[in-house]
Amino acid sequence: MALLANFLIGLIFGLGLVVSGMSNPAKVLNFLDLAGSWDPSLAFVMGGAVLVAFFGYRIVLKRKAPIFDTVFHVPTRTDIDTRLIVGPALFGMGWGLGGFCPGPALTAIGLAAPGTLMFVPAMFAGMWMARLLATQRAP
Amino acid sequence: MTEFTPVASFLGGVMIGLAAVLLMLAQGRIAGISTIAGRLLPPYSDSGFGARLAFVLGLIAAPLLIMAVTGAAIEQTVSSNALLMIVAGLLVGFGSVWGNGCTSGHGVCGLSRLSVRSFVATLVFMATGFITVFLVRHVFGG
Repeated sequence: MALLANFLIGLIFGLGLVVSGMSNPAKVLNFLDLAGSWDPSLAFVMGGAVLVAFFGYRIVLKRKAPIFDTVFHVPTRTDIDTRLIVGPALFGMGWGLGGFCPGPALTAIGLAAPGTLMFVPAMFAGMWMARLLATQRAP
Repeated sequence: MTEFTPVASFLGGVMIGLAAVLLMLAQGRIAGISTIAGRLLPPYSDSGFGARLAFVLGLIAAPLLIMAVTGAAIEQTVSSNALLMIVAGLLVGFGSVWGNGCTSGHGVCGLSRLSVRSFVATLVFMATGFITVFLVRHVFGG
């Protein structure tokens, strides 16, 4: 049941990415191109998503526990460390180069564009390197 | 040029937000795609592999379902410059895991929770995204 629920939630997330245009790198790159062919659509994606999640989280988090787990795993950290600056800075550069962030890139695998099939393995390699480096640095 | 699509984009955003809320309701987890995808790789710290894989398979199924229902192709323009896409993939993968989140985890979920860390992360990746596109398209020529 939990697996089926997760599949369906991923499906809804993916449908949202496709419907919104976020899964099209050309649209993402035009959103980021303030000085050129600016397409503000993606601000509406963020607006719609944050609006629903802002109120939805408040309702859901009134429960004692989620359906398939005994506790909510909500991040509690509040410190601003260098990783929180360096990571997003590198991520934003890659996002601006390829027009893909992780969700849209995974969603686009089945469409099998050559660029996607190069991006996704490289993305997993980058994720693996970050996890490896983080484990080594941890005490 | 891409067409300005405020209504479709807003509706798609609503679906993304709904999925984030449902994942919190079902699993008690943040819908952060970089974390979900990154933890498909070893080392495994919990037993959530199956749940994460199911979520990712749902993502992959989405455009295929739309094509099957509508019979139309999904509009998508992806660069096929191998060097560019591999460097972009490495930066996105490393950066999102190193910073504990991407557009979904920090952007959508973090901003919705009014997380200061996520506000900072979102500002930084938006800034470097804007700067990168500006440099690629307007300084070094596109």
